[in-house]
Amino acid sequence: MVGSVFEARVYVTLKQGVLDPQGDTVRSALEALGFAGVGDVRIGKFMVLTLNGASRAEAEAQVHAMCRQLLANPVIEDYRFDLADAPASSPSPPPGEGTGEGVRPAPKMRAGGT
Amino acid sequence: MKIGVLVFPGSWSHDDFLWVFREVLRVAAEPVWHKETSVSGFDALVLPGGFAHGDYLRAGAIARFSPVMPAVRRFAEGGGPVLGSCNGFQILCEAGLLPGALLRNDSLQYRCQWVQLRVDNPDTPFTPGAGRGQVLAMPISHGEGRYFADPATLRRMNDRGQIVLRYCTPDGRLTNAANPNGSLGHIAGIVSEGGNVFGLMPHPERAGEPAVGGTDGLLLLRALAGGLAAPAR
Repeated sequence: MVGSVFEARVYVTLKQGVLDPQGDTVRSALEALGFAGVGDVRIGKFMVLTLNGASRAEAEAQVHAMCRQLLANPVIEDYRFDLADAPASSPSPPPGEGTGEGVRPAPKMRAGGT
Repeated sequence: MKIGVLVFPGSWSHDDFLWVFREVLRVAAEPVWHKETSVSGFDALVLPGGFAHGDYLRAGAIARFSPVMPAVRRFAEGGGPVLGSCNGFQILCEAGLLPGALLRNDSLQYRCQWVQLRVDNPDTPFTPGAGRGQVLAMPISHGEGRYFADPATLRRMNDRGQIVLRYCTPDGRLTNAANPNGSLGHIAGIVSEGGNVFGLMPHPERAGEPAVGGTDGLLLLRALAGGLAAPAR
């Protein structure tokens, strides 16, 4: 049986209660620019990885394990992720389907470069 | 008596540790490459400062999976003395051999300076030569040294005397100005519950000779060296 290729988008942020001086500094800068309605800014990490899995459930379990073991430090960080079919894996890709809680299907975009 | 000094790709303080052990404290010390899978023959281990594996992802996050780390864990769990300084402290926390984690300095700046440290618990295997409340001077050099642990963990550590060193003023007071990175509780150095694993952000190996500005680091390293060495003068 041939597995599928998935694209996981992993978001890692500092837990509530952990001081985020970068976020505080950015919030101050936004205020200085006149964006008065900004309550809180948290800076985190965004990682995109492609992986093979026999099924979506297996791929999800793999990404959870990756996050717990390496991608996030549970002492200071929370993580969540979306899992979608990798763009190149099917000729007519289905619309991206977010599985992370409260996350809309992410638009196709590249990580990194501006 | 032989001390193993671990070397990861990106370590930078291993030569200073080896120098102080060999040339100042006159004990045998050897580097241990991170690909080794055994630490047999060593009586104590040191994880030095630096930027192991580039500190990619998080400081120490990749290094904790180096091939040598299972042997380090077995050594620590068997009661062997392990000291991690700076990046070594970060690796020990990532590996779960010490509680908590080290975060980006609250100043968002890399800090390279001498600091004062108050000995809050001299009753550890690493501090037999120190008195309670004694103030030591050592350099720090890091961008991610803000110690964090959740409140329950901090309480437990306090109760068990696991907090060994705190940043302080020259006369031993704990002030925000004397805390170079925003560490909770001004924490600079801690030991494991068993007391045989010691992590600290300061660099004792850079305070080992008068020529470098101070010798207070010897107070910690001499203990590791088994007390066999004569005081350096």
